[in-house]
Amino acid sequence: MNGFNVKFGYRDIFLEDVQPVHILYETRVKTAGCRAVIDARGLKHKELTDLLREAVRRGSSELVINHVFGQRYIGTRLYSPFKDEKICIEVNQFPGNDLGAFLNGHRITVQGNAQDGVGNTMDDGLIVVHGRAGDVTAMSMRGGQIFIRDNVGYRAAIHMKEYKDKVPVLTVGGTSQDFLGEYMAGGIVMLLGLNLQEDEPHRARYIGVGMHGGVIYLRGRLAEHQVGREVEICPPDERDREIIGRYVREYCRYFGGSPQEIINGRFQKLIPASLRPYGQIYAS
Amino acid sequence: MYPYILSEFIVERREDRCIRCRVCERQCANGVHLFDSELNRFFTTEKDCVGCQRCVMLCPADALYVRPRLADYRPNGSWTRDQMQNLKKQAATGGVVLTGSGNDKPYRVYWNHLTLNASQVTNPSIDPLREPMELQTFLGRKPDSLKIEFNGGKARLASEFPPNVPLRMPLLFSAMSLGAISYPAFKSLAMAAKEAGVLFNTGEGGLPVEMRGEYADHAIVQCASGRFGVDEDYLNCARIVEIKIGQGAKPGIGGHLPGEKVSDYIAQTRMIPRGTDALSPAPQHDIYSIEDLSMLIYALKEATDYSKPVSVKIAAVNNVAAIASGIVRAGADIVAIDGFRGGTGAAPLVTRDNVGIPIELALSAVDKRLRDEGIRNRCSVIAAGGIRSSADAIKAIALGDDAVYLATAPLVAMGCTLCHKCHTGKCNWGICTQDPFLTKRLNPELTSRRLSNLLRSWEHEIQEILGGMGVNAIESLRGNREHLRGLGLEEWELNVLGVKGAGE
Repeated sequence: MNGFNVKFGYRDIFLEDVQPVHILYETRVKTAGCRAVIDARGLKHKELTDLLREAVRRGSSELVINHVFGQRYIGTRLYSPFKDEKICIEVNQFPGNDLGAFLNGHRITVQGNAQDGVGNTMDDGLIVVHGRAGDVTAMSMRGGQIFIRDNVGYRAAIHMKEYKDKVPVLTVGGTSQDFLGEYMAGGIVMLLGLNLQEDEPHRARYIGVGMHGGVIYLRGRLAEHQVGREVEICPPDERDREIIGRYVREYCRYFGGSPQEIINGRFQKLIPASLRPYGQIYAS
Repeated sequence: MYPYILSEFIVERREDRCIRCRVCERQCANGVHLFDSELNRFFTTEKDCVGCQRCVMLCPADALYVRPRLADYRPNGSWTRDQMQNLKKQAATGGVVLTGSGNDKPYRVYWNHLTLNASQVTNPSIDPLREPMELQTFLGRKPDSLKIEFNGGKARLASEFPPNVPLRMPLLFSAMSLGAISYPAFKSLAMAAKEAGVLFNTGEGGLPVEMRGEYADHAIVQCASGRFGVDEDYLNCARIVEIKIGQGAKPGIGGHLPGEKVSDYIAQTRMIPRGTDALSPAPQHDIYSIEDLSMLIYALKEATDYSKPVSVKIAAVNNVAAIASGIVRAGADIVAIDGFRGGTGAAPLVTRDNVGIPIELALSAVDKRLRDEGIRNRCSVIAAGGIRSSADAIKAIALGDDAVYLATAPLVAMGCTLCHKCHTGKCNWGICTQDPFLTKRLNPELTSRRLSNLLRSWEHEIQEILGGMGVNAIESLRGNREHLRGLGLEEWELNVLGVKGAGE
């Protein structure tokens, strides 16, 4: 009936033994102008997000977080209904899951690999990962941009959406695992395949299953069986070339490389065959 | 309609009464009545009638009768008419048979087998009309213990309280999304919730921006598998954020809001293009385990700066008690359980009628399990799915519930007659449709009054029953199974409910 019950012991790993933010702020944060450098070594998720929020509250707009090792939700807690200022966050080394989940306009740069759920239900802003990202990257993303230098895991861009001019973009330099763009309802995915060998195909299967909106631009080889049956493959037209060019140049701006060389590769465009993939499977 | 199917209703018109006003013709979105002015007579397409009784109730001359047409097939206890008609629909289309509303099969309704206690002699009953009767309920996590500091003879509460949300009475409107139901129906729920001091639930269709100023304080917003309309403004404006894992009417499956229902307005609140299917995946793809659920719970707490309780809604299924325990351990402040008689805007018939377990058993099992594990205080429990009256609500509370979710009951209060055709989008009562010709039949000013009346009468009834028990606060009844007795139940059922048989 209490915390002493060993058999059914309940520990809240997120909230228990969290150090007060004002004490952490004194020891972990060094500020210079609008820039705050935060030492995240050994901090719990909430301790770090407390610090980020506190630093922003005290006027910092450029946050550099060093020694990040697995802390989740970086960028999630910087929402304020009264403050519209967008924060720049540099994450050094390895953030945990849900980096930039529900992100609403801030910019995050990661110098290392990211884990699962990068940009989960992200609304606006920018995430640049100098490394790879894990599963469900850009899940249900509604706006903003994500650039991943290397590969992404399973089900990237799942259920990405768009509305009018709010179009999210996920650009992946490498390749992805299965179910890329599943149920995709909008947005743009670029899969550049830069780390594949000459003539080495992408390995992902079930690409775009259930897709009913948006577009995937895929560079490199791909067999038809790797793509969901709701997807149509076609060559990019002039307008597509313009979009591809825009995001490839941006990719190269973050990670280096020659835009022209990438653009000259073989691109295919994957679009939904129907806006209503499941319109016919029901009887009333 | 499909071939070889008997019409389900008989439409009778008493010609001696009919004044040819053609109200019936205008009111029926299914086109059952058609007037031929040359012949001065009505033609009736009975097979399109859904039995919603709209034309009957609006006929100024009482000239119409709509009655169920009983099976004309040879009677058969196993191959019922429903079974046969479904086979014929499937044969005609190759499709999954859809339906709306809640499970209508004659499974045992346990509420009907539970009776309530009252005071006689040994303690006095209370008259709620003249004496205080507390129904206020707080939703959210409660601390394990209270720290009280004494300073110079003064006592002060030193414990920090997790966020809790007060309700004037233990009733809530359950999740019905804008898109599934019409804007006037949605707004009526919000207005009534505000008026009555309770909460409504937006479902997963988003909360229109223009409603946030006035009604967000009475909103539970959902973050479901489709993540429609979810952004930090939406999460932060509400009182409670709910993660929807499952729904009693369709456990384990997702939802498809058909493209024809996605109008400009629905497209805007859901942030998807107009006319595309709004697909809610079956699972949330960032949740494949209790640990992942924990991750989303805390993502939502982070997004709302730990200022709101986070609820997790699941359908009542076989191992619901163990699942609920996991949910509480994952950090949820509220567990909502939806029983298999819960309603839906659209679900496959096979799922609605066959998957899940009754809320009474699920609720009791969850409450008991959480108590046994010493973590009942860490969450509030909300029961949903088939609560038809204040009596059902009181019995739920005695089985350990904190508050009940109501959806079918308020819809009936708005005008719904349970014709089970929600999935067709042709609701003649203007509730479950996006057709502007039909939705304007509901006036939120009037409908919300009907809903607040409903809540007020349930409030009075709950107070009456509590008074009869000699209890002056709903808190004293919560989980107090001594106030319940079972009638006509087998031993295993009494055991699951934790209730004695009548006379014991």
